[in-house]
Amino acid sequence: MSTHPRPINEALAILDAKQRFASPQQRIEHLRWMMRGRGLDDRLVALYRSSLVHGNVFTGHGQEALSAAIGMFMQRPVPGTPGDVFAPLIRDTAGRLSFGESFEDSFRTYLGKRTGPMRGRDGNIHRGDPTKGHLAMISHLGAMVAAVCGTLIARRLRAEPKSARTVGVTCIGDGGMATGALHEGLNVMAVDKLPMVVVVANNHLSYSTFNDRSFACKDLVSRAEAYGMRGVSIDGTDAEECLWAVGDAITRARNDEGPQMVVATLLRLQGHGTHDDASYVPADLRARFPDCLDAAPKKMLADHVIDQAGIDAMWVEVKDEISQAYERIRNEPAPNPDEEQWTAYSVPDLTSFRCGNAGSTP
Amino acid sequence: MTTSYVEAIRRALGECLEQDPRVFIYGQDVAGSFGGAFKATKGLAERFPGRVLNAPISEDAIAGVAVGAAIDGMRPVIEYQFADFATIGFNQLVNHAATTFWRTGRPCPLVARLPIGGTRGSGPFHCQMPEAWLSNHPGLIVVAPATVPDAYWMLKDAIACNDPVIFCEHKYLYSHLKETGDPAQAEHLPMGSAVVRRAGTDCTVISYSGMLHECLSAAGKLEQEHGVSVEVVDLRCLRPLDTATILESAAKTGRVVVATEAWPFGGIAAEVVSVIASEAFHLLDAPPLRICAQDTPIPVQPDLYAAHRPHADDVVAAVLETVRY
Repeated sequence: MSTHPRPINEALAILDAKQRFASPQQRIEHLRWMMRGRGLDDRLVALYRSSLVHGNVFTGHGQEALSAAIGMFMQRPVPGTPGDVFAPLIRDTAGRLSFGESFEDSFRTYLGKRTGPMRGRDGNIHRGDPTKGHLAMISHLGAMVAAVCGTLIARRLRAEPKSARTVGVTCIGDGGMATGALHEGLNVMAVDKLPMVVVVANNHLSYSTFNDRSFACKDLVSRAEAYGMRGVSIDGTDAEECLWAVGDAITRARNDEGPQMVVATLLRLQGHGTHDDASYVPADLRARFPDCLDAAPKKMLADHVIDQAGIDAMWVEVKDEISQAYERIRNEPAPNPDEEQWTAYSVPDLTSFRCGNAGSTP
Repeated sequence: MTTSYVEAIRRALGECLEQDPRVFIYGQDVAGSFGGAFKATKGLAERFPGRVLNAPISEDAIAGVAVGAAIDGMRPVIEYQFADFATIGFNQLVNHAATTFWRTGRPCPLVARLPIGGTRGSGPFHCQMPEAWLSNHPGLIVVAPATVPDAYWMLKDAIACNDPVIFCEHKYLYSHLKETGDPAQAEHLPMGSAVVRRAGTDCTVISYSGMLHECLSAAGKLEQEHGVSVEVVDLRCLRPLDTATILESAAKTGRVVVATEAWPFGGIAAEVVSVIASEAFHLLDAPPLRICAQDTPIPVQPDLYAAHRPHADDVVAAVLETVRY
């Protein structure tokens, strides 16, 4: 489903992007990341229902096609190259995984393990590891846009070589598009012409508030031009479309074509979190949007990209990976309050701190 | 050789830009020939091309950019034109910068320079004292230099520090405070320590930033006109507090007045009094007093403004009340 009629030159560009970013092999890989996202979310929900999760679980049901595509086109940091920067948001389980987050670290964070990246200090979707290019989101929507801008400005100031040209990606929803922080961040991103992509998931629900009370423009992508960046509007339930649009946007950003916005229309298929039954979502709205994890395999079968046995085997493999990861971490320790460093400062004693002292550089 | 408070800040910024390639400056109107609303960055953009960057009027994004750059290994120094506008960047400062190290183990070494304090005719939105709002959040260091050497050294310390630092610069001191001698040759006190600016035996007056000078003036008057020996403590760093120096002086004199031009409710003065009351109650000979601004927004009209903020005479009166208790 396309939200806009497309002129011929745009259609040709899409055809080219499909060939480059949505090849049969890429579609199969994409489906696997979607399954991994869905499978992990479902397992986390099961753990929540067993009272093993601290706090709520926030799932990406319905957003996997969009989110999984992101990490596929990003470069993970490896020794000698900084890699790309990703600031995922609430429903990016699939994107986090496809950018390199392990199942284990997801479980560790939700279960409050001392061994996880947040060490029990923060949980669920607020996890991240800056050393691996994952910024740890704060809850305040829009805040991560400027932070990703900052990482890219840092790299520009360091004059890193073209070969190490990195891209920043962050995600937002239709709800977050209404915040002041988002506006300020998008404006900086455009003013500084940063190699950055903002992926917007219009899932129709700012928690329980529908689009008509969130924004008044016809399509959120119209804001891209207003800020001075390229924007595309896609069907976020169409896996192939997500692949080529996200792949194309990230590649354009990497190739000095400036900041990019991808707006994907989809529907949040579960509640805001596990505490929310989403009973306020009307049936007619639900009926308008397929589950991308139903639609993608059907389309791939129709296109003879994969057969049913392949799909079934992939699910078995993914669920097995997830189970094995959980088994590996389930007995890892919780943090011990008596051993916790109860300070929010990295400098232990400021009354002896002077520039030039030990501790004044990272 | 005399150096003004703002010149000391400019010099510290220049030296840090020169010595550390990770340092850059980002804020409204800081670049070009303008050099900032108070000229703290004047000439730096020419000396360090590409490293002094104008930002849109986007106080949230300015702090957000600094957070991202700091996490990525840089040492951003951001300037808010007036501390009042840091309220727009409050979220990034208190929820993002302040929590990053504790949450992720990754330092967030940014400096946010905030021109604070009252100047005549500037009113409710260009004179506020933000230190209490920001000091409440663990993870932020808040400093408020009151002297030219401190403006120089504490800014260099702040930029070298691995934690986010809120650097409160008093606007009145920018050009009015000038000191002879080279600040770089002055004593380099540790960033987090308080210091006794004037020794005394009868009463301790604790202050910081612009109000310190009212307190020093009051101490001179009390000595000359009333024979009261006042010890003046300059807090310098407001978060964390150097409680050892505070308590040592309180123990020495047994009487304490805390003076600030900030509002009284939940402020730094209240915190200092709380520390003294809970840890040195048995050493006190009189109840500790607070001298603060009137508990209203800051007025524009000069007579109202003068009556809104404390002056040396208010400190004198408070000390006399304390010593006569």
